[in-house]
Amino acid sequence: MTSVALKGLFGRKLRAFLTALAIVLGVAMVSGSYVLTDSIQKAFHTLFSSSYANTDAVITGKKLVDHSSSGNATIPASVLTTVRSQPGVARAAGVISDMSGSNLTAKLYDKHGKIVTGGGNPTMGVGINPGDTEFNPMHLTGGRWAAGAGEVVIDKNAADKYGFSVGDRTRVAVDAGVFPIKIVGIAKYGDVESLGGATFAVFDVRTAQKLFRLGDNFTGISVQAKHGVSAQSLVEGLRTVTPANAQVRTGVAQAAKEEKDVAGFVKYIRYGLVGFGLVALFVGGFVIFNTLAITVSQRTRELATLRTLGASRRQVLRSVVLEALVTGLFASIVGIAAGIGLAVGLSSVFNALGMALPESGLLEPRTILVPLVAGTGLTVVAGLVPALRATQVAPISAVREGSDASHGRGGKAGPVVAAVLGSVALALLAYGFLTHGISVPRRLLALGGGFATLFIALAAIFSRLVRPMVKVIGLPFVRAGRTSGRLAWLNVQRNPGRTASTAAALMIGITLVSFVALFGRSLRNADTDAWKSQVTADYVLTSQNGWDVFPSGAADAGRSVPGVEYVSHVRGDRGRVGRSNAGINGVDPATIGKVVSVQVDGASFASLRGNEAVVKDRFAKANGIHVGDTFTFRGPNGRPTVLRAVGLFKAPKLDSLLSAIVIPNATFDRALPRPHDQYAFVNVRGGVSSATTAALEAAYSRDQIAKLETRSGFAASKSKWLSSMLSTIYVLLALSVIVSLFGIVNTLALAVFERTREIGMLRAVGMTRRQARRMVRHEAMMTSLLGAALGLPVGIGLAALATSGLHSYGLRLSVPLPSLATFVVLSLIVGVLAAVLPARRAGRLNVLAALQYE
Amino acid sequence: MSVALPIETAAALTDARVLLDRSEPIVAARDVTRRYGSGDTAVDALRGVSLDVHPGELLAVMGPSGSGKSTLMHILAGLDQPTAGTVEIVGRDITRMSDNELTKLRRAHIGFVFQFFNLLPMLTAEENMTLPLRIAGTKVDDAWLATVLGQVGLTDRRTHRPAQLSGGQQQRVAIARALLSRPSVLFADEPTGNLDSTTSGEILEVLRQAVESYGQTTIMVTHDAKAAAIADRILFLADGRVVRELGRSTATEVLDALREVTNR
Repeated sequence: MTSVALKGLFGRKLRAFLTALAIVLGVAMVSGSYVLTDSIQKAFHTLFSSSYANTDAVITGKKLVDHSSSGNATIPASVLTTVRSQPGVARAAGVISDMSGSNLTAKLYDKHGKIVTGGGNPTMGVGINPGDTEFNPMHLTGGRWAAGAGEVVIDKNAADKYGFSVGDRTRVAVDAGVFPIKIVGIAKYGDVESLGGATFAVFDVRTAQKLFRLGDNFTGISVQAKHGVSAQSLVEGLRTVTPANAQVRTGVAQAAKEEKDVAGFVKYIRYGLVGFGLVALFVGGFVIFNTLAITVSQRTRELATLRTLGASRRQVLRSVVLEALVTGLFASIVGIAAGIGLAVGLSSVFNALGMALPESGLLEPRTILVPLVAGTGLTVVAGLVPALRATQVAPISAVREGSDASHGRGGKAGPVVAAVLGSVALALLAYGFLTHGISVPRRLLALGGGFATLFIALAAIFSRLVRPMVKVIGLPFVRAGRTSGRLAWLNVQRNPGRTASTAAALMIGITLVSFVALFGRSLRNADTDAWKSQVTADYVLTSQNGWDVFPSGAADAGRSVPGVEYVSHVRGDRGRVGRSNAGINGVDPATIGKVVSVQVDGASFASLRGNEAVVKDRFAKANGIHVGDTFTFRGPNGRPTVLRAVGLFKAPKLDSLLSAIVIPNATFDRALPRPHDQYAFVNVRGGVSSATTAALEAAYSRDQIAKLETRSGFAASKSKWLSSMLSTIYVLLALSVIVSLFGIVNTLALAVFERTREIGMLRAVGMTRRQARRMVRHEAMMTSLLGAALGLPVGIGLAALATSGLHSYGLRLSVPLPSLATFVVLSLIVGVLAAVLPARRAGRLNVLAALQYE
Repeated sequence: MSVALPIETAAALTDARVLLDRSEPIVAARDVTRRYGSGDTAVDALRGVSLDVHPGELLAVMGPSGSGKSTLMHILAGLDQPTAGTVEIVGRDITRMSDNELTKLRRAHIGFVFQFFNLLPMLTAEENMTLPLRIAGTKVDDAWLATVLGQVGLTDRRTHRPAQLSGGQQQRVAIARALLSRPSVLFADEPTGNLDSTTSGEILEVLRQAVESYGQTTIMVTHDAKAAAIADRILFLADGRVVRELGRSTATEVLDALREVTNR
C-alpha cells in the first residue's frame, strides 16, 4: 500500500505540486523570518562583543530610569583616578558612549547643508581619547583620532555615502547645539561589514563631554587587568570603588547586557513575522484539506477496488495519510529553501533602500526544524479527515460506474461542531479583546486561539450556508451570464461541502484583512482626534522623527519671524517617583495655557512657580498623591527634587500630550541632567497662513533639527506610524490571500478534470469555447464572493468587538462603504485570477476525447 | 496460450481446506432476500434465492435487467448485505462478519474481475497483478507469477501500464490479478461487458482455462450468451428468483432459455 500511495502521488505530479504550493509559501515565510532575524541578532552580538574585546572590566552608570532621554547615570571623573590606583589595574580610560543610539546623538551636515539623519538608524556620538585605542573597537582607515575641540572621526560607510574625506569641514548637531567641525579621520567598526545605516562620530573625551553636556563625567570607565589577573577578580577588586549609581561587570558580561537591551526588539519582529507565516500556513491547511478531500472522492472507485483486493480500512487510512505526509515533507523542504532565499533577497532590498540592518549569514537548527515540523504536521492533520473519509468508501463502490463525488453537506455533525467551536471561539475572543490587565502574551494567545477556532467553526457550518447564500450572490451572474452563468450557479451548489471548503480559505484572508482595516481605522481616528483635541496652538515643533526629544535652543530659530507672538517650549524626560517610572514635562507657565487644551483641577498651569507641580489624575491616584502633598522626583542621574502637587489634570487615556508630572521649565532645567524639548508650540498673530508657514520653514531649515507642522499636520504625523504598520500588516496578510488563491485554482482545476465528460457533452450540444470559459470563470467568482460574503461580516463583527473593548480610549467603529467595496472587488479579482488556467483548459477540451473520457 | 497441468498439481494448488471434502460447496446461499427502501416504496431485488457452488465449478448467472443478478453477485461476494438469508463461503457465514473479518476473507478466499477492469493506472501490469498479495503481506511466488503471466499471455507486457494496454489486455491483467492469490472463489461481474466479440472470446478462454487447469471455482454474472456457454451450470433469474437452471449448453440454447425467461 505504501508503494501504491507513493506511485499515486508521482503519477499526479502536477496536482501534487499545486497542493504542495499551498504549504510552501507559509513555510517559506516562517523560515525566512528566522533567518533574517537571526542574522540581525548575530550581527548585534558581533557588534557588542567586539566593543568590549579588549576590556576586562567596565564600570557603567546604572539605568535608574527606563526610557529616559537623558540616558543612564554618569560617573564622576574622580572615580577614574581612584580606579587607576587600584591593584590589578593595568590601564583604565574614561569613555563617552551609548550603544542604544538614542541618548548621545551626533548628526552631521552633508555637503549640501542637509542634515544626515541616518534614515531612522542611530547616529551615535562617541568620546574616546587617542591614547586609549586598545579600548576603541574602531580602526582607522585614514587620518588620525580626534585630539581636540572641533575635531571628529566618522565611520567609513557614512564617509562613502555622503562623500566626506579627511580634512573636510562641516557642522555637527548635538545636545548642546550646532557646532563647526573638521573631519580628521575615518574609521571602521571592528569586523562588522555594515552597521546597517547607523553612523558614528568620534570625538575626544573632553569635547564629547562639552557637546553632550556631561560636565566632568563619563558614561563608562573601561579597565584592562594586569598580566595574570583574571577579569572576574578585577571586577571583585573594583567593587569598592564603584559609586552607588554605577555597576562593574566583566567586558563579556557588559557586552551581553548591552546586546540584550539594544537587540531585545529583534525578538518581537521575529514573533510578528513568524506569526504571519503561521497564518499563511493555517490557510494552507484548509487548501490541503480541500484538495485531498476532492482527490479522495475522485478516487472512490480506485479505493473501493483496493478494498475488494483485501486492503483493510487501516491500510487505506495509512496510505492517504502517507500521501499527506510526503506532500507536506516535500513542500516544507522546498519552503525552507525558498525562505532562506527570500531572506537573502529581502536584505538586499533593504540595503538598496538604504534602510539596512546589520547582518551576517546564520543558520540555526531551529530555522529548519520549526517550519519542517509545522508544515509537515499541518499537512498531515489537514489530511486526517479526508483520510478517514477514504476509509468509509465501501468496497461495493468498485462496481459502480463513473467517479462518485460525494455531496458533502457536512452531515449531522457539522452544525453541532460549529456551535461548540463557535462558542469556544467567542469566549476566547471576548477574553482577549475585552479583559483588562492581562499580560500581552496571554492576550495574544487567547486571540490567536480564538481566531483559529472561529475559522474552523465557520468552515464546519459553511457548507450549510452555501445554497442559501449563493441564491442571493449568484443573481447577477445568472442574469449577466445567461446559460453559462446559470450553469455555473448550479455547479456551485452541486457540492456545497466542496464549495464551502474552497471559499473558506479566502474567507480567512478577507476576515483578517477587513478586521485589520476597520480596527486599524478606528484606532487611527481615535489617535488623530486625541492629538488634535489637546493642541490649540497654530504650529507645533517636534524632532525630525516626531518622537525623540530635541535640543531646546532649536525651536527659538523661528522667534524672529514676523507675526510670531511667542514660542512655548515644553521639556520632556522620565524619572522615578517612589517605585514608579514617571514621565515629566517642563512648561512655560505664561504661554502653555494658550497652546494646549487640558482640564486642570486646582491651580492652573499659568500659576506654577518653583517646585510646584500639576500631576495627571491617574498617576496621582495610582501613587497616592493628593493636592497639597509633596513627593520626591529622582532624575536619571539619581538627583532628587522635592515637588509639591498643586493641581491635578485630566488627560485622555490614549495619547496624552503631557506626561504624569508638569513643572515650570526653570525647575525642569535644574532637576534633569540634560534637559531637552519634547515639543515647542508657536502662536502667530492672525493664525496660520501660507506666508507665515513658508517663513517659519525657512527659519528652521538651516539647522533642520526641529520639524514644523500645523496643528492638524502634527496630529496626522503622530498617527503615521499606525498607517505604516497597517500597510505592513496588509502585505503580510496578502500572503495568506495568495495561498487561498492557489486553493481556488486547485479546486477549479480538479472540478474541470472531473467534469471532462460533462463539459464535452455541453460543447457537443453547442456551447462555445468562450461560454465554457465563462462558466468556469463565473464559478470561480461566485466561490470567491461566498468567501467574502462570510468573511466581511465576521471581520466587521470582530472589529466591533475589539473596538468596544477599547471604548474608554476613544475608539469608535466606522465602516466606510468604499472599504467594503474594495474588499468585494478584491475577492472578485481573486476569483478571476484563479479561473484563468482552469477556464482555458475547459475551453480547449477536445470534444470527442472528452466524451469518451472515463 | 493454454497450459494443461497434471491433476495432482492442480489439486495441490487449490485451497487445502476444500481438499478435505471436495463435495462441500465453496459458496452456499440460503433464502437470500434483498429489499431496498421500506413500506409502499420498497423494492425487492431478490426474493429468497438459494444456491450452492461446488469446487471447481464455473457457474453463470443470467437474467434480463432488473432480474437481480448483479445484486445476487454483490451479496454472494460480500460487497452487500442481504435483508434476510445467509451466505457461506468456505463454510463461514459472511452475513455476520465484521469489516475486518471480511477483509481477511477477501485476501485469502475471494478474487474479483470487474466489468471496467479497475486497474490502478500508475502501476505496471505486474504490479497490478501482485497488488492483492502485497496488500496481504504475502510473498510473491515468482514461479507461479511467471506461470500465470504465461497463462494470460502477457509475459511480454508485464512492465506496461494500463494506458499502454488494449481493453482485452487490461482485462487479462485483471484476471491474472484475481488468479494470482489462488482464491477459493473468483467472482466475475460482466467480464466481457466492455470488450468486443473477438476479445471477449479470448477472455472467456482464459477464464475457462483457469477452471480446467487448477479447478478455480468461478461465479460469473453476464448477459452475454457466449459467456454463459463456457459455464458448467447456468442459473436464470427473473424478478429476484431463480426460475431456470441449465447444465453445459451452447450459446443458442442459452439464448432460447433467456428468451423464454424474459417473456414470462
